[in-house]
Amino acid sequence: MSQSASGLRPDVQPQAPKRTLRLTRPMIYLGIAGFLVLFSLVRVLAGAGDLTSSGQIGATLGLAVPIGMAGLGGLWAERAGIVNIGLEGMMILGTWGAGWAGYQWGGWAGVAAGVAFGALGGLLHALTTVTFGVDHIVSGVAINILALGLAQYLSAVAFTGVRGGGPTQSPPVSPRIGTITVPWLADALGDLEQKGWFLVSDLASILRGFTNQVSLLTVLAAALIPISYFVLWRTSFGLRLRSCGESPHAAESLGVNVYRMKYIAVIASGGFAGLGGAFLTIVAAGIYREGQTGGRGYIGLAAMIFGNWRPGGLAAGAGLFGYTDALQLRGGGESVHALLLLIVMLVAGVAALNFVRGRMGAGLVSAVVGALVLAWYLSTDSVPGELTTITPYFTTLLVLALASQRLRMPAADGLVYRRGEAG
Amino acid sequence: MSGKISLERIVLALAAPVFALVVSLVLTSLVLLGSGDPPLKTFQLMLDYGTQPRSLVLTLNNATIYYLSALAVAVGFRMNLFNIGVDGQYRLAAMLSAALGGAISLPGPLHVLVIVLTAMLVGGMWAGIAGLLKAARGVSEVISTIMLNFIATGVVAYLLNTERLAVQVAGSNNIGTKPIAESGRIPGLPLVPGTNAKVFGFIVFAALCGVAFHVLLNRTRFGFDLRATGRSETAAVAAGVNVRRMIVVTMVISGAAAGLVGMPQLLGASYSYSLDFPSGLGFTGIAIALLGRNHPVGIAFAAILWGFLGNSAQILDLEGIPKEIVTIMQATIVLSVVVAYELVRRYRLVLEQRRVGRELAAGSPTEPEGVRA
Repeated sequence: MSQSASGLRPDVQPQAPKRTLRLTRPMIYLGIAGFLVLFSLVRVLAGAGDLTSSGQIGATLGLAVPIGMAGLGGLWAERAGIVNIGLEGMMILGTWGAGWAGYQWGGWAGVAAGVAFGALGGLLHALTTVTFGVDHIVSGVAINILALGLAQYLSAVAFTGVRGGGPTQSPPVSPRIGTITVPWLADALGDLEQKGWFLVSDLASILRGFTNQVSLLTVLAAALIPISYFVLWRTSFGLRLRSCGESPHAAESLGVNVYRMKYIAVIASGGFAGLGGAFLTIVAAGIYREGQTGGRGYIGLAAMIFGNWRPGGLAAGAGLFGYTDALQLRGGGESVHALLLLIVMLVAGVAALNFVRGRMGAGLVSAVVGALVLAWYLSTDSVPGELTTITPYFTTLLVLALASQRLRMPAADGLVYRRGEAG
Repeated sequence: MSGKISLERIVLALAAPVFALVVSLVLTSLVLLGSGDPPLKTFQLMLDYGTQPRSLVLTLNNATIYYLSALAVAVGFRMNLFNIGVDGQYRLAAMLSAALGGAISLPGPLHVLVIVLTAMLVGGMWAGIAGLLKAARGVSEVISTIMLNFIATGVVAYLLNTERLAVQVAGSNNIGTKPIAESGRIPGLPLVPGTNAKVFGFIVFAALCGVAFHVLLNRTRFGFDLRATGRSETAAVAAGVNVRRMIVVTMVISGAAAGLVGMPQLLGASYSYSLDFPSGLGFTGIAIALLGRNHPVGIAFAAILWGFLGNSAQILDLEGIPKEIVTIMQATIVLSVVVAYELVRRYRLVLEQRRVGRELAAGSPTEPEGVRA
């Protein structure tokens, strides 16, 4: 096997040539380009135009935003060392707040209320985990239940008897939030998209998806990801916040007010989750409805872990999820069927890589899996309707299982910290 | 720690639950007052309705289900594995075992046994996927079990189709698996006098599961390894524990226990898995396991309390009070119990420090292990 297995690693050479791919910037760009070619190829081969259509990209954005916002909430909390399984609950509070304020004072008021309600959930989580030192999971689970109960109870009290509302839903939000279209670019790209040229049209339609009738709230949410990166990784405030998640006692000895940092992080976390909820209510549905979040808080958490506790990674996770979800919602069985061909190609690539590296066993497993999926693709025309709904979840699992696992969470994540108790 | 039972110890042990109940009642009262409903009347209504014989039966029945679900979660928690996937595991297990149970006919106990074992097998295998992914590929079980929940929903929807495993339920537009014959059912027990309603016979089996949980964790080598891994993985590795194997085996056990969650309902009441089979029980199990501090006796009390609150609230809608108030109550109980335990722990530490300080000042010998708790 590899040379490091001998156990005789010379200490003068800490960076021994490893056979792992490092995710450098050129590698990422190369990867994206490779995927583009692959998608165009599959689109042409399988004749599934929806794979890269601008509508598909637009739907992806809409589905990815709530998950990305929940993931961002998870990122802020966990970077400060607080595990936030209560994201789902904070998101529920956000949907309710947005519905309640949205129908009375319009979309943007709804956004503000959604963020505020989510942040209140975050405050509660901070109070129990930071001040009272309660187990983070316990507190999060309790907040999820509490938020569900509160939203149901408050709906029954506040929306019953209001015109258009009821015990499980709010009256419609009005006015809703506007959209933005880049003036002539969208039209030009639209013409190019119609041509159906290999790669060129795909690029055009993807760009068009990002520039045509995008909700202002989507723009805001998308901007929050690089902003979070900047604040957390490029400012002294961010360094202090992250130091609380890596080694709170060391941070304390350097004069960081760890409790305050954790409070800020968890309240912000709740705010982001609330914003995700507000998006669901105001942009996606235009109304608060019970059970609207559908577990997206948990999926956001998964996207964050998937993205290795990094903003770019969680955006990729949310995007992957949003894309596959949009695919199954829009195209149904036929688009998902085309996705099978993509899986075949990817798995074949993994198999080839394994064979080249001399890992015969792993290569063989991948090859067999690829052959089975190919057989499925060739023998059917469509994937049964009930099974298409699992596409995003299955894809996430598959990608996680195939991608090598070098995830690293913050060192003191989930540990209870008490001031002045350094060992 | 000394083993002495003093008044102080008893008071401190009871302080947390009592404090939690009071805090929860106060907070719930505030919410009720805020929306213009009288708190005292609400609690009185719930208490009256909840203690009627029929409500008590329903409380025990729900508690049986919650108990199994919480045990499944607790097995994982004791090893620091968070199985959020109990929900998917039990639904898939209940559906497949119901389909099998409806398709076959065997003599009495054997029929039941086959159904229960199938459910445990399916639940164990479904959870085992997450265990394998974690052991072999390092995929966080939190993600994989969440994803497997949604995948289970899709698979159940696919299979529960009249072209596949389901049949039309007579006299409705509901569909479900073929009903299980008489031989595969578990009769109810008339435990509560004054009502015709019967307690699930499966409650006996649930109690046995609690005993098995205790024995497995505290009286076997495996249980020791499991707890050791949960406390400190590095220490466990140093002691020769194969952590990867432990992860897979523990997930399978957790999933097998999860497979049992649907059984009381399936074998004692509905006899088939239909579209309206109860869902979401896995998430309730997480809360109850945490409320019961992952201890089989604690979980039993938590499950009964949860069931009691849920059932006693059913009367509230008739009185014009939203019954969701009880969900708020349940959540505040979970939160305030853990806060109270933490406060009591800190108070104990202070007491201990004072005692040691006093004894040192008086010049009398102290037990050294009590100093740094």
